[in-house]
Amino acid sequence: MELLNAVFVAPFADMWEFPAFFVEVVISGLLTGVMYSLVALGFVLIFKASGVFNFSQGVMVLFAALTLVGLMEKGVPIWIALILTMLVMIALAFAVERVMLRPLVNQDPIILFMATIGLTFFLEGFGETLWGSNVKRLDLGIPNDSFEIHGVLLNEFDLFAAAIGAVLVLGLAIFFHKTPVGRALRAVADDHQAAMSVGIPLKTIWIIVWSVAGMVAMVAGIMWGAKSGVQFSLSLIALKALPVLILGGFTSVPGAIIGGLIIGVGEKVAEIYWGPLVGGAIENWFAYVLALAFLLFRPQGLFGEKIIERV
Amino acid sequence: MLYREAGQFKTSYVADQAMFPIVQDRWFLAVLLVVAFVVVPFVADEYWLQAVLIPFLVFCMAAIGLNLLIGYAGQLSLGTGAFMAVGAYSTYKLMTGFPDLNIIVVFVIAGFITAAVGLVFGIPSLRIKGFYLAVATLAAQFFLSWMFNKVPWFYNFNPSGTIISPPREVFGIMVTGPEATAEVRYLVALTLVAVFALAAKNIVRSRIGRSWMAIRDMDIAAEIIGFRPMQTKLTVFAVSSFYCGVAGAMLLCLYLGSAETEAFDINVSFQVLFMVIIGGLGSMLGSFLGAAFITLVPILLTNTPHLVGVDMATDTQKHLEVMIFGSLIVYFLIVEPRGFARLWQIAKEKLRIWPFPH
Repeated sequence: MELLNAVFVAPFADMWEFPAFFVEVVISGLLTGVMYSLVALGFVLIFKASGVFNFSQGVMVLFAALTLVGLMEKGVPIWIALILTMLVMIALAFAVERVMLRPLVNQDPIILFMATIGLTFFLEGFGETLWGSNVKRLDLGIPNDSFEIHGVLLNEFDLFAAAIGAVLVLGLAIFFHKTPVGRALRAVADDHQAAMSVGIPLKTIWIIVWSVAGMVAMVAGIMWGAKSGVQFSLSLIALKALPVLILGGFTSVPGAIIGGLIIGVGEKVAEIYWGPLVGGAIENWFAYVLALAFLLFRPQGLFGEKIIERV
Repeated sequence: MLYREAGQFKTSYVADQAMFPIVQDRWFLAVLLVVAFVVVPFVADEYWLQAVLIPFLVFCMAAIGLNLLIGYAGQLSLGTGAFMAVGAYSTYKLMTGFPDLNIIVVFVIAGFITAAVGLVFGIPSLRIKGFYLAVATLAAQFFLSWMFNKVPWFYNFNPSGTIISPPREVFGIMVTGPEATAEVRYLVALTLVAVFALAAKNIVRSRIGRSWMAIRDMDIAAEIIGFRPMQTKLTVFAVSSFYCGVAGAMLLCLYLGSAETEAFDINVSFQVLFMVIIGGLGSMLGSFLGAAFITLVPILLTNTPHLVGVDMATDTQKHLEVMIFGSLIVYFLIVEPRGFARLWQIAKEKLRIWPFPH
């Protein structure tokens, strides 16, 4: 009885009693969710255009952040460092396409998946050999103060990150829907062969999509890095982005965003209201279980394409 | 000349269905087993046994388990590490709870416990497949390792949170614990691997194995011709988890001696996955070759700079190792996406006509 009370009654009573705190938890969850979405977006872009489940997205986030910080430590001004990092990510996209994807064209998805795990190891070692493995601070000059609205505590930095995320998503949406390249990308995502037959160069598209994913990784890396320092654990947020992906569907950009928000909020609320019951630290797996429970009802995720199977 | 099967006629159904239909294969295997059982314990020193051969055998077991799941039944899983943890922790609980129980029996029971856990985490496979399933199995990975960390009952309320395998003997010989010699532990591991590999090889030839392969090749078609997808998928999860559980038990008792949940984290899952893919999906031989490759390469990489006489800072060396390991994996996938097993097949075809190829 006591257990039932602790699980089903007390947390809700808490929420009702201190609504300001609850709102605060939800908002902080939403803001974390934006960050998850940023990482998940990179996965979705690549999966949509090339069918590759790119496990190295997380390490790309780390690599971009490491490059940026490393350049800034060398005394390069931030704008130039940003542009240089972008160039590095584009170069990476070229290298990946040339060295890894092209020889593996037409292989099973799992082989490509394994290859991206190999790439993960490579980038991890490469980035840390190049820039060292100690924790670095990334200072963008964004104020990190908190202020209060109606008793709800908000953090300026988080709001800024959310705004950046929103701008990025908007930019991507425009890019995908209004530009010729974006249309070509969508065509490739729909059907490789049909896209090729109307003259869309697949290899170029792959380079573009990996570059765009690199940019998204860079933005995510800057945001996460400014929040919690640039360090190895940054690459582990990829593991947090995976449940976002299955929740939203591997092929849906809006899915990645809404999935990220749901996971962010769910995780925070569960940790604060139900976490203490089982000893805390449930953040690590809660997202997965949430996504799993969800999948049992919608196997293709929230916005994924309906799975149609034929014999 | 050496590997010619011409003239080896099969005159009965038994001969036709033999596991190793070619005489040379049988001889090779017999010699290999004799060498592994008799010669190696005398020749190999402590370092080789402890650092190379025992982990190799442990990971062979895990790779066979995962290969059954991915290679034969096509169900992608990233939860191997967690299932190994279930095996290890249940072995620990059984060994401390029932000190008189024979350690081999404990291993098998731990395998069955893991099979039950695997069955539960296999349920999502009925609805989802491919990468969705892979991510779903990560739920097992994170949930189980969290549970083994947070619930003190699993490590007997030990303040350090580690599980230590207590000393046990079989037929009067110390098998686990600090006093067991590397030779004994090696032989026990080898016996287990040999027996279970034989069992796996037979399972995949049987009706069950054929149903797995049917599900792998196209599950809807398999369902239409009368395989029950639920039974088939759940059996493969159970059997595969059984192997992973025994591997985890071996990892704890025969290799590490003491372990924490970190010994079974997601990197272990990836390692075993690499073994299966690099070795060759859907091949028993591949599991062994892959396990050998993935256990040997890091050791080789660690020792190379020392041997060549290059001195570097340890962390630089570690980063370089990770980097080279990653590129090697990509390289091998590009060279032969179907793994070492496929390379062996090609070599076999070449050997057949050697030395007169035309």
